[in-house]
Amino acid sequence: MALDISIGQYFEGSSVIHKADPRVKLISVILYITVIFLAKNMFSFALLILSAIALIIISRIPIKIITKGMKPLILILVFTAILNIFWLQGDTLVFEFGIIHIYLEGIMTAIFMIIRITILLIGTSVILTYTTTPIALTDGLEQLLEPLKKTKLPVHEFSMMMTIALRFIPTLIEETDKIMNAQKARGADIGSGGIMQRAKALIPILIPLFISAFRRADELSTAMECRCYRGGEGRTRMSKLKLRAGDVVFAGTFIVLGALIIIINIYAPGFNLAY
Amino acid sequence: MSAIIKTEHLCYSYHTEENKKVQAVNDVSIEIEEGQFVAILGHNGSGKSTFAKLLNMILTPESGKIFIDGKELTSPDITEDDIYDIRRQIGMVFQNPDNQIVATIVEEDVAFGPENLGIPSDEIRKRVDNALETVGMKKYARHAPHKLSGGQKQRVAIAGIIAMMPRCIIFDESTAMLDPLGRREVMDTIERLNRKDGKTVLHITHYMGEATRADRVIVMRHGSVYMDGTPKEIFTRVDELWEAGLEVPQTTEFMHGLNELGLSLPLDIFETEPCAEKSAEAILKWISDHK
Ligand SMILES: Nc1ncnc2c1ncn2[C@@H]1O[C@H](COP(=O)(O)OP(=O)(O)OP(=O)(O)O)[C@@H](O)[C@H]1O
Ligand SMILES: [Mg+2]
Repeated sequence: MALDISIGQYFEGSSVIHKADPRVKLISVILYITVIFLAKNMFSFALLILSAIALIIISRIPIKIITKGMKPLILILVFTAILNIFWLQGDTLVFEFGIIHIYLEGIMTAIFMIIRITILLIGTSVILTYTTTPIALTDGLEQLLEPLKKTKLPVHEFSMMMTIALRFIPTLIEETDKIMNAQKARGADIGSGGIMQRAKALIPILIPLFISAFRRADELSTAMECRCYRGGEGRTRMSKLKLRAGDVVFAGTFIVLGALIIIINIYAPGFNLAY
Repeated sequence: MSAIIKTEHLCYSYHTEENKKVQAVNDVSIEIEEGQFVAILGHNGSGKSTFAKLLNMILTPESGKIFIDGKELTSPDITEDDIYDIRRQIGMVFQNPDNQIVATIVEEDVAFGPENLGIPSDEIRKRVDNALETVGMKKYARHAPHKLSGGQKQRVAIAGIIAMMPRCIIFDESTAMLDPLGRREVMDTIERLNRKDGKTVLHITHYMGEATRADRVIVMRHGSVYMDGTPKEIFTRVDELWEAGLEVPQTTEFMHGLNELGLSLPLDIFETEPCAEKSAEAILKWISDHK
């Protein structure tokens, strides 16, 4: 299997966004999501669309990859649009047929909803999933949540588990592949038959896989003990994440964007169209 | 030279589910000098791995004493911190490199040990770079481990131990899963660590060729020390080795066979070419003698 799950959707690159500190990116995404839901009128939506386009350009991620990532969302978008158009009531009736009443407000809300969801997806994928390796993300999350360690929340353990899972996914995929080939060579029929038959065919693959995974876990824990592992306490890190000026500017941009949108909402209320 | 590892009447047994006792290590008393390269041989189940795990307190002995650098591990007033210090000093590399690598990036994995020891960041950086340099994996520092070859993975695992700056490294069949090329890479690394950096090495192996490169060979059988000496002393005792279910180096086996036919060759030549020369010489002499 050429599949490389370990790096997820990460798209190799060296843009400003790729290089930004993962902690800053996590915070920026939260800021951006807030900003997206603050936007209420035409001007602020125009600003949001511009910001999303800017993000894509800065990240240098091919538009093809982004549109491909959007595909699974189309159904949700269509459903949201229909729901808003047919159910929302307003003052300006546009169309009437039997029990169906369509109002201008409904149509506008549907449009803004679609824009919001699309920008939300572009924002999170461009700032996080496409430009951050899972390991950087885990690291960022651990260091961001460090204050929570005092509350006895298992922050370190959680991130260690994530790291080990990411480390072993490719190994286990490789192993599944080997076992499957071995069973096929013995005449096992894997890819055909009804659901029950296929489920049954999985048993001779899953059992050896589980046995081997447990053995691996056992050996790994011994190896970790030999390397003096004893939980997060007293542990240091080689690559302490360091904030650079660029990171502050990066997060600052989202704060400015939020401020602008609030100002537009206040000073141009006549154009408020979404709710 | 002083003994870095010393055991006295060391015993350990496993208790299986059916309440059966398996005596895995039985009355082992040995001394290993600092800087020695010791090969440990023995049939499957002879207790080699168990013995190794006792030395860094992964397993706790049932009876007997262990001294590391004169300090008694088995004394009742040993603290948890002492145990971690012992694990730092006595590093251990296992058979399957896949099951020892923790992180998704080579250098992050090498840093794992020093990070656990609470060493400051810039010092870890230096150690990681040095360790990767030592095993010749500097180029791969930012690579994902699962894309490396077996020998390369195993060298990364070794670097992870070196970065803790141990005085002794135990290799538990660390070459067993590798192809011939990977095995050579790892063996060369092990030998360099011993000869150049002065690390004490305990190398558990099934390959006799590897054992001939050691300063000392210990053969275990049924949990006890069966033979102990230099490679030349041990491998010339062919019948005893066979008795313990072990092989002998190919060169020795060849010359031993010729001796049974009536020649008298030395058994302690482990390199192929000198062995071939000596044998050819002896055969020619035998032919001219029997004309
Ligand atoms: N976890 C365990 N539980 C029960 N018995 C065990 C366990 N590990 C090992 N043994 C038994 O202890 C004995 C010594 O095992 P050990 O693994 O030390 O041998 P070894 O010399 O390392 O063998 P190998 O060459 O196969 O690695 C064997 O009889 C083995 O079956
Ligand atoms: Mg073993």
